[in-house]
Amino acid sequence: MSDPPQLIRPDDKGDALVLAGAWRLAQIGRLETALQTVSGPVKAIDARGIDALDAAGALLLLRLLERFELTPDDLLLQDDHQRLIKTLAAAMAEERPGASESTPFWLKVPERLGSTIVESAQHALRLIAFLGLSLQTLAATVFKPGQWRITATVHHMQKTGLDALPLVALLSFLVGAVVAFLGATVLRDFGAELFVVDLTTFAFLREFGVLLTAILLAGRTASAFTAQIGTMKSREEIDAIRTLGLDPIVLLVLPRLIALLIMLPLLSVVATLSGLLGGLAVATLSLGLPVEMYINRVYETATLSHYLTGLSKAPLFALVIALVGCLEGFKVTGTAQSVGERTTSAVVQSISLVIVINAFAAVFFMEMGW
Amino acid sequence: MNAPVIAVRNLKNQFGRQVVHENLDLDVRGGEILGVVGGSGTGKSVLMRAILGLRPVQGGTIEVLGETVTGGSEPEALRRRTGVLFQDGALFSSLTVLENVEVPFKAHFPALSSALRRELALMKIRLVGLPDGAAGKMPSELSGGMRKRAGLARALALDPELVFLDEPTAGLDPIGAAAFDSLLQTLQRALGLTVFLITHDLDTLYGICDQVAVIGQRRVLTVGPLEQVAQFDDEWVREYFHGPRGRAAEAAAVAGGS
Repeated sequence: MSDPPQLIRPDDKGDALVLAGAWRLAQIGRLETALQTVSGPVKAIDARGIDALDAAGALLLLRLLERFELTPDDLLLQDDHQRLIKTLAAAMAEERPGASESTPFWLKVPERLGSTIVESAQHALRLIAFLGLSLQTLAATVFKPGQWRITATVHHMQKTGLDALPLVALLSFLVGAVVAFLGATVLRDFGAELFVVDLTTFAFLREFGVLLTAILLAGRTASAFTAQIGTMKSREEIDAIRTLGLDPIVLLVLPRLIALLIMLPLLSVVATLSGLLGGLAVATLSLGLPVEMYINRVYETATLSHYLTGLSKAPLFALVIALVGCLEGFKVTGTAQSVGERTTSAVVQSISLVIVINAFAAVFFMEMGW
Repeated sequence: MNAPVIAVRNLKNQFGRQVVHENLDLDVRGGEILGVVGGSGTGKSVLMRAILGLRPVQGGTIEVLGETVTGGSEPEALRRRTGVLFQDGALFSSLTVLENVEVPFKAHFPALSSALRRELALMKIRLVGLPDGAAGKMPSELSGGMRKRAGLARALALDPELVFLDEPTAGLDPIGAAAFDSLLQTLQRALGLTVFLITHDLDTLYGICDQVAVIGQRRVLTVGPLEQVAQFDDEWVREYFHGPRGRAAEAAAVAGGS
């Protein structure tokens, strides 16, 4: 800029302060330090020499007035700067209620801990309430074919089931291969490579077939449910559904729940088969086991009760994934940010719940000797 | 003070095959509030984004405060001298209002002491008429009108000479919109701002705009004081200014002015 640098010089004669130059944001650091060296008494400020003034410079002028206990009348200004000072002084002088008091740091930790615990408890209650609501609605509509949303259900079956099929098959195949490899490495030392087949069969019939599918769907489907319902919620579509006299549970939750209840067991069958195939690939290619021998060994090891204990968990997982996904969607508030937060939360919760439930179920089935 | 602050010449904007602007000329003189109006889809926001250098143009030149924007390089010095209020405030959702207003200071004046930065930011927050309690709040905790005020505080943080506002009164109730208009006018006079204001709000046009530019048929149809623009011979202009809402706003302005 063309302005000369700012000047502050106490008048020789008396107690007036004469200011000049550019008082702008760009010079404010230097101005502030220069002002600190000014010592009183100052009875008047002559700022007519200031040729460029912005709000930052004006703030410093107001501070000067305050420091020397002067009134705005003691400040001489160019006419076009007068208005700026007046507007700012008015804004600063007004009493504004509600200044924020911040919590001290040492209180924030217990506060956060407490609120997290209360929130988790409330959250668990909400999930249980939502489970009850969904089951009640399901029971109420099951004998009313008019309320069945068949198109929506089939649509979600395709989205959550059929479209996930290649992924589930591929990943289970790979995990099956890895389990067989792992078993082979350990069992080779005992000369018991044949038991690789037992290991893979056991693992996939009882645990991995269902668990892998559930974890995959928790990541893939729960997030999708939350995002779909959350977007609808944030655009007030859910409210629109209700004002039209329709039930969002019937319309949105039940089709997703039923689709997942049907598709998750079916997918877990595919996952089990793919896992066994992965084991077969490793056994034949790496251990040199004949294919027939592998299949015979699977026949000998696998019993129906093994498979049923594994498969019995599938509907439970489906319920958890669908309900968590839908409930988190309903929790979305107006903002786009909240859709993201709830989606993350849905994935984390559903995967954790699936693993926790699976662990409890494993202990239970072992103790029962099934 | 009346040299053009924004000078647009032969501007051409195009999305794929769809030409939004062609041979568009526009001058904005310093110290005035220019209201930009036009039907939906006539490219008011596109024009603003082009002037801000946020989108590449397909032809023509744009000069803002004596600097050419259309060169392709980021007009960094200009960013310090212009402020923008986007439609819903575009506040950073992870920062409090105070931190939002502090961002421009941090970006352009990193040497500023944090105490002074805070004080300057608080002053801007007070200047736009927000209560002190709002400074510590997150944008999602504010009402629409407060978000716009906070966005305006951020736009005004560095005392810009030129401010762009995209539909500042859209979505506000009439009282809030009128309050925002008068705030804008007060600030414009006190700070000597030049304002580029996109609006649909006839009351804003009648209330505070010195000049009005009508965009249509890919160019600026007419620009001038409101009374002159309202007489312009074009179907959209006639419909806009002399339709039921236009007449009501005019009546209100006449009643309020006398």
